[in-house]
Amino acid sequence: MEKSLLSGIARWIHGEISTLTGSPLLSDLVLIVIGIAALLGIISLAAIVFTYAERKVCAFMQMRLGPNRVGGRFGLLQPVADMLKLMSKEDIMPAGADKVLWALSPALLFVPAALVYAFFPFDAGAVLVDVNVGVFLLLAISSQAVLPFLMGGYASNNKYSMIGGFRIVSQMISYEAPLLFSLLGILMITGSMRLEDIVLAQQGGHWFLFLQPLAFIIFLISAIAETNRTPFDLVEGESEIIAGPFTEYSGMRWALFFLAEYANLLTAAILATTFFLGGYLGPSFLPGFVWFTLKSVAMVFLIMWFRWTFPRTRVDQMLSFSWKALLPLAILNVFLTGAIMYALDLV
Amino acid sequence: MELKDRVPECLRNNVAIVKLDELFRWAHANSIWPLSSGLACCAIEMMSTATARFDLARFGYEVFRPCPRQADLLIVAGTLTYKMTPPLIRLYEEMPEPKYVIAMGSCAIAGGPFADSYSVVEGVDQVLPVDVYIPGCPPRPEALIDGMLKLREKILHPERAMTECACLAQEAERK
Repeated sequence: MEKSLLSGIARWIHGEISTLTGSPLLSDLVLIVIGIAALLGIISLAAIVFTYAERKVCAFMQMRLGPNRVGGRFGLLQPVADMLKLMSKEDIMPAGADKVLWALSPALLFVPAALVYAFFPFDAGAVLVDVNVGVFLLLAISSQAVLPFLMGGYASNNKYSMIGGFRIVSQMISYEAPLLFSLLGILMITGSMRLEDIVLAQQGGHWFLFLQPLAFIIFLISAIAETNRTPFDLVEGESEIIAGPFTEYSGMRWALFFLAEYANLLTAAILATTFFLGGYLGPSFLPGFVWFTLKSVAMVFLIMWFRWTFPRTRVDQMLSFSWKALLPLAILNVFLTGAIMYALDLV
Repeated sequence: MELKDRVPECLRNNVAIVKLDELFRWAHANSIWPLSSGLACCAIEMMSTATARFDLARFGYEVFRPCPRQADLLIVAGTLTYKMTPPLIRLYEEMPEPKYVIAMGSCAIAGGPFADSYSVVEGVDQVLPVDVYIPGCPPRPEALIDGMLKLREKILHPERAMTECACLAQEAERK
């Protein structure tokens, strides 16, 4: 494996603990714990930074200033104040709710949102779990997020929550299909489901963004729909169903939903980076994870840009757009990729 | 002894010490999320408060939540009729503690020009505990921002608000 800063640090810690304790098993264990803690740190930090960034991006797009009073002239402590306030709010549980399901829903939603981070190659060799079916596992795990939403909607004993839960299920299942098919072309070219192989296949600036532009557009649209953001935020269409499945959640429970939402946003951005923007690859004057971060943040900005410039789609349009436009186009992309590969004798 | 004097000398520059109450008060005061509910024309002013010209977001108060479970502040923006009273009280009761109420405009304060009507409640303080009154018909967005900053002061310094209330009550008694 070629050298990178992150894997170098990991090797150093591993070596130090091995020499201190004399047991490689223990140092493996410590390294895994450090990795998990780092990923959870990334997720929580991303949630805090993105809430602030979203408000600032939104403000600048609407020619406003955004938060600039709490914590200095840039309003940097605004998300801290929001977080502390959400922590100290009253915890209301609806009387008619299915108590176990209701309490489990936000926690369960966070599980798939955090679990997928184990497979991302943040730098050369910096993967927590390096599996050769990474893409498959990633999509399988992230599609589990449907269930907690439905659980929350059902358990709240509230008609708005229930309808929101139905909507989220129909939306996420419909957009899973084009998302998957848009990635098939890349898998055909690389011939591997290992995420790092996909990144390495884009060496020398041959990003899949240029090889598979149609797939990138389909992927981006589907990923935004999967994360339930505008223009596909029908789930919390406030003029119709108040806050969708989150209607009955207050304080910290709602904050957990929020955390999962921003974790999913970063997931979508990281997936786009890994599959289409060459992952951690870049000119060598910056370390790989810096390139990775830069590209991911640029993707997050793009998705936020969409959020503040597009209106919300209608439910029937949303579903027919997925099944009648995106999915056929994605399949066409697969056929085109196959035909070109056959013509160029790459099969 | 001052609280910060208990910190060892060498840590003074790196450690911030605060009472939990004060920390949470600071958080509540700086993150007031209003419920996006409007009763009448004052709601239009409330909307324009969040727009580019007035920009409520500067103070971090622009997060209008559609759902009472996630809101902290009920801005009663407009005329409250007897028919609308039960839903409004229900909205207030659905909000989690700590929660605040702002009576915006003369209708919400005392019924306004409709005070003599058979259908209008003469001030929301007859049905809800109001924290801040904002006069005007309708109040300008700057007035709403000022009202929310008054609420901020009230949350940050509850003792000050209490003494002011006591002073007003004493004055009223003297009269």
